[in-house]
Amino acid sequence: MSMPFYVAPEQVMKDRADYARKGIARGRSLTATTYEDGIVICAENPSNTLRKVSEIYDRIAFAGVGRYNEFDQLRIAGVRAADLKGYSYSREDVDARSLANNYAQILGQIFTNEMKPMEVEILVAEVGGGPGDDRLYHILYDGTVVDETRMVVLGGDADAIADRLEAAYPEPGSIEVALRASAGALAGPDRTLAPDDLEVAVLARGNGRRAFRRIEGEALAGLLTAP
Amino acid sequence: MTFPLYRPGDDPGPSFAELLRRTGSVPAVPAASVGGVTHGTTVVAIRFAEGVVMAGDRRATSGNLISHRTMEKVFPADRHSGVAIAGAAGPAMDMVRLFQLQLEHYEKVEGVELSLEGKANQLSGMVRNHLPAAMQGLAVVPLFAGYDTRRRAGRLFQYDVTGGRYEESGFATTGSGSLHAGTVIKMGYQDDLDRGASLDLAISALFNAADEDSATGGPDLVRGIYPTMATITGEGFTKVEEDEIAERFAALVGRLSTPDSTTAAGAAPSIGGLLT
Repeated sequence: MSMPFYVAPEQVMKDRADYARKGIARGRSLTATTYEDGIVICAENPSNTLRKVSEIYDRIAFAGVGRYNEFDQLRIAGVRAADLKGYSYSREDVDARSLANNYAQILGQIFTNEMKPMEVEILVAEVGGGPGDDRLYHILYDGTVVDETRMVVLGGDADAIADRLEAAYPEPGSIEVALRASAGALAGPDRTLAPDDLEVAVLARGNGRRAFRRIEGEALAGLLTAP
Repeated sequence: MTFPLYRPGDDPGPSFAELLRRTGSVPAVPAASVGGVTHGTTVVAIRFAEGVVMAGDRRATSGNLISHRTMEKVFPADRHSGVAIAGAAGPAMDMVRLFQLQLEHYEKVEGVELSLEGKANQLSGMVRNHLPAAMQGLAVVPLFAGYDTRRRAGRLFQYDVTGGRYEESGFATTGSGSLHAGTVIKMGYQDDLDRGASLDLAISALFNAADEDSATGGPDLVRGIYPTMATITGEGFTKVEEDEIAERFAALVGRLSTPDSTTAAGAAPSIGGLLT
């Protein structure tokens, strides 16, 4: 019987992290920022049917970058967890923090125990009762959770995009301002993104029970070009 | 509660009911007949030019006692459909809650709404699954109505306890007062009624059902309790404001109390030929 080669745990973890980061960097990025009336999530996504941003529950949205099949599987699990919890307790008891913890557990476990880590970064966003109460949980491929309150960028080129977004959108403003800053930061200095290349959704306080709404077509073009 | 992440071959799909079965949270069927449970009564649905009107009285009874005066029996199922219930109140409310959740769950998992036909079939399956409990005296018989965004028309469906699903073209009623309510609607129904006329017709139907059936509640002017009504059109499910319902009721009562609609003045009615 042949002995397996010894590989240091540090090396295993590093290789897995590199592998996951490479996978994530291949896809396009997305941004989420708070604005006066909630949270706007803006993803670079040329497809109109394969979504990166979607609704989880009344005040909670999900967004993912990286491998579509993997983050979509996580999205559906999130919808199920939220609906089950709301059914067995009450709709008010469903919150983003516990969902983010669930995701972190799953991703962490897969990162340590499985052959291949998930090549995804996900966002769980929750709109609160007032401007200071919005929550953005950024969860990485290894289960690390980062709690943000104002803006978050997911994807390969995150640092550069975050710098541009920070410069263009220093404090929460209207949805037009937030959206144009997001689209500009995603595009970078050398190109512009057409409305067709973007997938945009908001969690708006004024939307009634289900805060999630997609902004598409003419409505999106109008917001991006409004004076 | 474990995080519901399934392997591809083992996935429950967009069905919330299937997910509940997997997680083992399905209520047991009573082994023996259950008596003395609260029952909800008469609900009606009428199709009009732009969609459907749904209405229900507010009374719930346990045997010959009134157990609630302000029960709601007309609920939104989702943006473009509504469900109204008659029968054992507890299981009926649970069925509505599960049905609402099922439609929302499907929409979120699949990314698109179910068709109206699909929603009606879902409810049919839920009523059929409820049959064992119905045999123990807990029957639930709903009405389902909605605006079909693909066909651009209002549609309504009636059910029986076995889950039989019957699409009606004009109107549908269910519950203990349904016979009387149905007759009133039948006399006044025309194709393409407008919103006001269909609301008045539903009000008249519930009023007459309450007049003949002790389990159906009429308008309660003392407490200010009126039937619940909703319209479902291309704009979605909208509850009719209580003030408007009160006004329409006042108009109906006004019409009914004009001198020529009551007994001719002076001639006291005789009962069974006895002098009174």
